[in-house]
Amino acid sequence: MTPSARSTSYWIVHYGLLAFYVAFALFPLYWLLKVSVTPNDLLYSEGIRLWPSRSSLAHYTFVLAHSDFPLFFKNSVIVSGSTAVVVTLISALSGYAMSRFNFGGKMWLVGLMLVTQMFPLVMLVAPIFKLFAPLGLTNSLTGLVVVYTAFNVPFATFLMQSFFDGIPKDLEEAAMIDGASRFRAFRQIVLPLTLPGIAATLGFVFTAAWSELLFALMLVSKADASTFPVGLLSFVSKFSVDFGQMMAAGVLALIPACLFFLLIQRYLVQGLTAGAVKG
Amino acid sequence: MASIEVQGVSKSYGTMPVLHNVDLSIQDGEFVVLVGPSGCGKSTLLRMVAGLEGITSGAIRIGGRVVNELAPKDRDIAMVFQSYALYPHMTVRDNMSYSLRLRRTPSERMAQVVSAAASKLGLETFLGRKPRTLSGGQRQRVAMGRSIVRQPKAFLFDEPLSNLDARLREQMRAEIKKLHRDLGTTSIYVTHDQVEAMTLADRIVAMNEGIVQQVGTPLDLYERPTNLFVASFIGSPAINILDGILRYDGEHRLITLKSGEQIPTASHVQGHDGQAVKVGFRPEDVQISHQAEGGFMGHVELVEPMGLGTIVHIGTTHYALKAFVLERVDRIVGTSIPYRLPASKLHIFDAKTGHRLPE
Amino acid sequence: MSTMPLHEEAAPRQRAGLRNLTLRLEPYLYIAPSVVLIATVMLVPLIIGLSYAFRDMQLINPFSGGFIGLEHFRTLWTDAAFWLSMKNTLVWTFASVALQFAFGLVLALLLNNSFPGRGIVQALVFLPWAVPTFLSGLNWAWLFNPVVGPLPHWMAALGILPAPENILSDPSVAIWGPIVANVWWGIPFFAITLLAALQSIPQDIYEAASIDGAGPWRRFTDITLPFLAPTIAIAVLLRTVWIANFADLIIVMTNGGPADQTQIVSSYIFTQAFRRLDFGYASAVAMVLLILLLAYSFVIILLRQSLLRR
Repeated sequence: MTPSARSTSYWIVHYGLLAFYVAFALFPLYWLLKVSVTPNDLLYSEGIRLWPSRSSLAHYTFVLAHSDFPLFFKNSVIVSGSTAVVVTLISALSGYAMSRFNFGGKMWLVGLMLVTQMFPLVMLVAPIFKLFAPLGLTNSLTGLVVVYTAFNVPFATFLMQSFFDGIPKDLEEAAMIDGASRFRAFRQIVLPLTLPGIAATLGFVFTAAWSELLFALMLVSKADASTFPVGLLSFVSKFSVDFGQMMAAGVLALIPACLFFLLIQRYLVQGLTAGAVKG
Repeated sequence: MASIEVQGVSKSYGTMPVLHNVDLSIQDGEFVVLVGPSGCGKSTLLRMVAGLEGITSGAIRIGGRVVNELAPKDRDIAMVFQSYALYPHMTVRDNMSYSLRLRRTPSERMAQVVSAAASKLGLETFLGRKPRTLSGGQRQRVAMGRSIVRQPKAFLFDEPLSNLDARLREQMRAEIKKLHRDLGTTSIYVTHDQVEAMTLADRIVAMNEGIVQQVGTPLDLYERPTNLFVASFIGSPAINILDGILRYDGEHRLITLKSGEQIPTASHVQGHDGQAVKVGFRPEDVQISHQAEGGFMGHVELVEPMGLGTIVHIGTTHYALKAFVLERVDRIVGTSIPYRLPASKLHIFDAKTGHRLPE
Repeated sequence: MSTMPLHEEAAPRQRAGLRNLTLRLEPYLYIAPSVVLIATVMLVPLIIGLSYAFRDMQLINPFSGGFIGLEHFRTLWTDAAFWLSMKNTLVWTFASVALQFAFGLVLALLLNNSFPGRGIVQALVFLPWAVPTFLSGLNWAWLFNPVVGPLPHWMAALGILPAPENILSDPSVAIWGPIVANVWWGIPFFAITLLAALQSIPQDIYEAASIDGAGPWRRFTDITLPFLAPTIAIAVLLRTVWIANFADLIIVMTNGGPADQTQIVSSYIFTQAFRRLDFGYASAVAMVLLILLLAYSFVIILLRQSLLRR
């Protein structure tokens, strides 16, 4: 848009719309918080109030001290963190190849990655279970990491490719003439310049792995390898749903995901811009 | 330092040919300029010498050794890129010493070599800064410093001055020439700017559409261009080209233009009667006479004063041409102007092949 | 002659003929980890999973597993619940994508100019993406419940609903519950993608256009939209496919009900596979879905190629 002076009415509309968006985005989260501090006896009677008449942190205490939730949380951190790191490494390599090389089968690879984004993952649960069981990868955090890594590599490759597209090839060529092998040039020259891309990929994958429910549920049945989404569902019993505790657990689980995402979202936009026009 | 031999080299991208059977022999210590329009293959040839592009057929030798199979890092050459390609996250000092660090040079020697190169290029005060804080000219010097530090067998320049403004380009041209005089390293320089080619080269290689058109000293190309392409490419303002027919009556040769005018040619020009030709004469060779004595007549269409001299656009009923004179021209647009085309300054080319007629 | 100290000479190594080979192999080495991983963890299970479509796989029946050919597909053809779920999938996908896109585009346009506080606002409006989907599903189900949530009461006050009731139990409008939750969650994706594309449009084109006399609306239609078109096509494609497969919100909020009115194809697959434990039939349905999505993607890609050519 032209950088001309804008009228006040424009700014009113501008900020008004933004206020609506921010309210819309934050309200459900606010409600989550509200339910988590509402004591059980007021849950239903004061359901519609914007803030309970008597707030308490009882749910949080319960979740932290009397449930397995801290264990689930820890497992989630391990799984999501490891997945994020492994995916970033692998997709940095493949994203670099997609950005710099034109090789036979490149289009097939793109097609393959697109197709993997397309089918209902539900279908893979049984076959993967059958494949993993004899390998000891069920009921294990490692198994989850393997599965999550495979799921996230395609989009992460696309992200990293966008970032690499924004770095001129001249730099590697100069390094190769200076005496570096291509891999060395990749490590010492190109990678340090793509730190925003690495941050964006790490954050994106962490968030995706953090919220994964289906495979966490299906591949793991023992509590010691469960992640927190499974833990949240444990608050849903045959007889009732412990909403207060579930929301408290939810808020706790949200904190790392939100923090991480807040930090890296700027780099996501940056990275997608770098390669945006090339699609 | 070494000689560079390009033998029968061709290059195709898939089925698209880009270079056709290029033969070039560069002496040790020579400064050779590859010049030509965009897409003529000069950069591709340079990158093949560097090892950044593969060779479809033929051989390239550096210092007598075939380098087709060697990676860039093993060819012991240095390259200055058009975009400078400085490592943005490293200081100037680290940029210049990167290649030495790769070879595990002891830090004392590294410091010595880097500061020697820096003082040669006037970069001492910039050693601790990052590239983004430097101007275009300074960055270019750092790129050159990076190359000097390695003391390679050859320097390769890929249009290094194209991103600079006119004044800086002049300055850097002189610096590059001085540097070559000091170091005496074999150099291949690619540019599309024929002024750079003329001023920097020991020899020029003019290229068009993947084929070498002419190899020679700058004056060779200026005074005896072997074909229409070279004649039109070298020289500024560009050469005037007119269509004509060569006439030989057994004794005298002359060229008849479409206008019916006749230009006498030098007697040893070889060609047969009735041959369609193109006549070239440089604007600086067009003589503006004061009376119409045995010359031609046209009218002034445009006068472009350049300070040093003046370009006069002359129009006649059948053609237009430019003249360049070293004086103030007081002609008024529209007035008539007499001029002559001396036979000794004509360049005559066959109209079909574009080749210069032998003499 | 130069006054420089001794230079460092590179140690040359002859690798005749081997170099070309190494150069050609290089890219494959870089992509190998990705390809191996995707092939073993996704492709192989996919093929196995799809093969179930031709077999009778009932988890509760240990004697099942026999090959039954196209039997499942014949059942599929006459399965009313399946066709209902197809229709619902169209409504679900179309409404979700259209709303996410429209709101996402407006948000991207708003964020494209710099203004004080932009960084914070941007971070806040993108936050929904970080929330696990099942959590947001539960949350929205809670919000729509008149006993404990404020939304039915606000909607009644605004006149959208005649009385505060739970839209999730009304078969005719139940699907809108998950759709709203999906839009809440999905606006950031579109906004981020479109914002990135918007920021790659060179500013001087807008300046030239306004000098030519184009007002803000014309600048939008004649410059912004054409520039965005390829990105829009790909983003819409990816999201449509993804949303068509996205059953989490529906399972969590309505479980496909009431009366199967919110059942979409992928939640139907989930029900068949994990509630009725009929993996064979579920795989057949999944295969149909996959083929339809592939065909759809193909069309969009062709569209994008023709857009790019212009």
